[in-house]
Amino acid sequence: MNAGADLVEIFIEKADNIGVLAEQDIITSINPSFGKGVGIRVFSGPKDGFVSTNDLSEAGLRHALEQALGMLDLKPINNNRTSFNGLSAITDYGASKSEIYKKCPNLDESTGKILEGTSLISQKGKKIQVRRGTYSRTTQEVIVASSDGTFARDIRLYQSIGLNALALDKEYRSSVGRRYGSTSSPNQLFEWNIDKSVDEIVESANKMLYAKYVEAGQMPAVLANKFGGVIFHEACGHLLETTQLERGTSPFKDKINQKIAHTAVTAIDEGITENAFGTLSMDDEGMPPQETVLIENGILKTFLSDRAGELRTGYKRTGSGRRQSYAFPAASRMRNTYIDKGIYTPNQLIESIDKGIYCKSMGGGSVGATGQFNFSVEEAYLIEQGKLTTPLKGATLIGEAKDILPKISMCANDLDLAAGYCGSISGNINVTVGQPHIKVDSITIGGR
Amino acid sequence: MENLNKKKFKSVLSEDNIRNRINKLAKIQNINKWDLGASSSNDVSAQVYKGEAKQLKASQRSSITIRVWNKDNLIGITSTSDLSDAGLNRALESANQASKYANKEETPEFSSLSKSKVSEMNRPIKELQGIKFLYTKLIEAEKELLNKHASIIDVPYNGFSEVEYERLYINSEGAYRYLNNTHSSLYLYAKAQEINRKPRSSGSIKLAYGSSDIDIQSCIDEAAIKTTKHLDYQPIKTDKYLVCMMPEAFLDLIEAFSNIFNARSILDGVSLSNKDSIGNIISSPLLTINDNGLHKSNIGAFAFDGEGTPTKDLCIIRDGILESFLHSEATARKFGVLPTGHAGLGAKGSVSPEWLVVKRSENSSSNYEHLNHKEYKGNYVLIENLNALHAGVKASQGSFSLPFDGWLVENGELISIESATVAGDIKDLLKNIINIEKEQIITHSGISPYIWIESLSITGEE
Repeated sequence: MNAGADLVEIFIEKADNIGVLAEQDIITSINPSFGKGVGIRVFSGPKDGFVSTNDLSEAGLRHALEQALGMLDLKPINNNRTSFNGLSAITDYGASKSEIYKKCPNLDESTGKILEGTSLISQKGKKIQVRRGTYSRTTQEVIVASSDGTFARDIRLYQSIGLNALALDKEYRSSVGRRYGSTSSPNQLFEWNIDKSVDEIVESANKMLYAKYVEAGQMPAVLANKFGGVIFHEACGHLLETTQLERGTSPFKDKINQKIAHTAVTAIDEGITENAFGTLSMDDEGMPPQETVLIENGILKTFLSDRAGELRTGYKRTGSGRRQSYAFPAASRMRNTYIDKGIYTPNQLIESIDKGIYCKSMGGGSVGATGQFNFSVEEAYLIEQGKLTTPLKGATLIGEAKDILPKISMCANDLDLAAGYCGSISGNINVTVGQPHIKVDSITIGGR
Repeated sequence: MENLNKKKFKSVLSEDNIRNRINKLAKIQNINKWDLGASSSNDVSAQVYKGEAKQLKASQRSSITIRVWNKDNLIGITSTSDLSDAGLNRALESANQASKYANKEETPEFSSLSKSKVSEMNRPIKELQGIKFLYTKLIEAEKELLNKHASIIDVPYNGFSEVEYERLYINSEGAYRYLNNTHSSLYLYAKAQEINRKPRSSGSIKLAYGSSDIDIQSCIDEAAIKTTKHLDYQPIKTDKYLVCMMPEAFLDLIEAFSNIFNARSILDGVSLSNKDSIGNIISSPLLTINDNGLHKSNIGAFAFDGEGTPTKDLCIIRDGILESFLHSEATARKFGVLPTGHAGLGAKGSVSPEWLVVKRSENSSSNYEHLNHKEYKGNYVLIENLNALHAGVKASQGSFSLPFDGWLVENGELISIESATVAGDIKDLLKNIINIEKEQIITHSGISPYIWIESLSITGEE
């Protein structure tokens, strides 16, 4: 601080990972990795300099600090000073989690469970030719110390299970994948309902195998719950991060307390749902998470903010400063993000449509720099006279968040969440997306 | 400072140091067979916003991936960024433990080419210019780009970076590969908007061996032209169109469907080809594709792959006929051929292309020679960039549905398309190529001419 910085933050991380891959009925890869590193961030006015290193020697750390200061034309006045007395007493969120490692499955147990999954797909899905199961576990111990007194420690446990299947019959092909994730729940793999997961995958792969290509056009759509929420996450959620405000790329920049969505829409981002994939005890800047109501009955209420976001946009921090690892400076990022439940049953949404599309399972998607989104639909059905009829493949949903939000006219009462990974400015992080079944009055469907 | 002055490069990875330490630690654990890949990098980058340096970053990182073979010759692997003796010891232990779960049906071995001669790269090593140089130049570039056209209101995505890095492969039988390199990248992505119209954006990326060599002016000019050319946009009617793909778009599509010529994908059952597909006609005879990681335009070239196999120029498709697959050591052994220099280091080595070079087949002729984007006056869709490939490509099914940036060309006039997707099947697309222009264009990710495709479905946002 004697160099003239407004704030200095140090993020120390030690991580252990294990990845298991099963193909057909064989374990084909076990990938362990481990490491540690430090990220040092210095703020001076609206600017910041960030240096990361895994050279944890005193010389390595001193070089990193001087480099971060030097980026902002700052120089330490007293190089011999080795202590800083301004830290608060440590807030140790990890203290109660130190035994968490011991409760996780060992390699025998994890490989056995994943093989059980791929084997069951084979038994239940006769046309499924390629089966894959994955399991990954990351334990991350972090310490955040900042010159404003922040001093906090946490231990995180993230686990995810994936199943993928490729069905083949002559020239027909369909591929289906599902992921299940949790945080701070060492028993996830033991509690995983393999039968239910496999039934879902096999049913989807079989139905999509002979599906017809969707006809392109404009039509009403019902998007299923759980991973259907990926569209809100990608197309709208990112535009409500202060990093987007800083860049001037959010169309919602000047819309606080204005109506940006149908009154049926209330959207929330939080880091507190027990065991959900985006849940945190503290964010990567040492702040406890909170429930942040982003949109309430169609009205934009606030943005997700981190330390830099508060500094540059004025929006208070929301416990949303997140990063993949020490190698990234934290940025405002989503945690568990979802559209809240409504009053209808899912069937009432479908019955309200004469001709449209039901998107049961979403693939991935992206949002362009000016807000247009595109999402592939993994499993879809034609809606005719309020009923699901022909299975459809090859559909893409196209639109812009600001145009689509006012068209979400009905929300069902079956809110559910799904785990996923989000890649953005501060790396890949664990998140949850979610929604109940929702009806969009009109959306562009890309197809053939 | 040009060039080849390797003393300027501060090396972190010393073969002797790492080999001696691993040998000593492996001996204690009764590990006799091992190999490793190590890398180290030192990079600096800047982003700016409205005339100010916004975020300045640097990193110094090293990592190592170790494979060991246990007494039953089964393989295990571990990666770590902890290069201390304690870290390496733990990595060996962990890899040894993982080997107990190895796939008995497929064990990678050392590449038979891991000691053969590699091509001389002779790439210049450039001195890092430092963060002030980067953000000063980037602020100037942002300012000039904003001044290029009244409609350009922002340059929301920009970055200027430089990196020096080194990479090492060694194994317990004495193989040794080492490479150091420097490179720099500049990207400018502008946003333009006119009154009562939607914002439009586009940009440009430039690469060079050093930040002082980056062609900043052409990056600015290209970003400005590409962005402003999309200002006057119109919706496009959903229909089938004659399509011309610009080089970047075609390269992205081929890379997304590289499972067609990827031996790993074939063995895994997720390729559109099979073991017997070599010699099959898979595209129009106009199409020839090589993979040439050593191409002089490939700034980030490596002379060897993750298993130490030399990188080379390999013909994949010649005159529309599938000629070669890309291989790792393990896949090559299964196919009875030599590895091709496309492997990652793994318990199950991945395989991927390095630098695709697409060209019109020699001595080929087309009934559609008149299709040339500089001269053709008929109606067609010109696709500039394909987006969201990670989501819109079903690689194992062969289908794609992708948003794109492009133009509807009518009588030689370019009309920017508001928002649209192109959909199809890659096998059909390859066979429906009706002309490949002669001029090869160098992009930051490969080389390709403009490619003409007979009929593709395009969905507009009506």
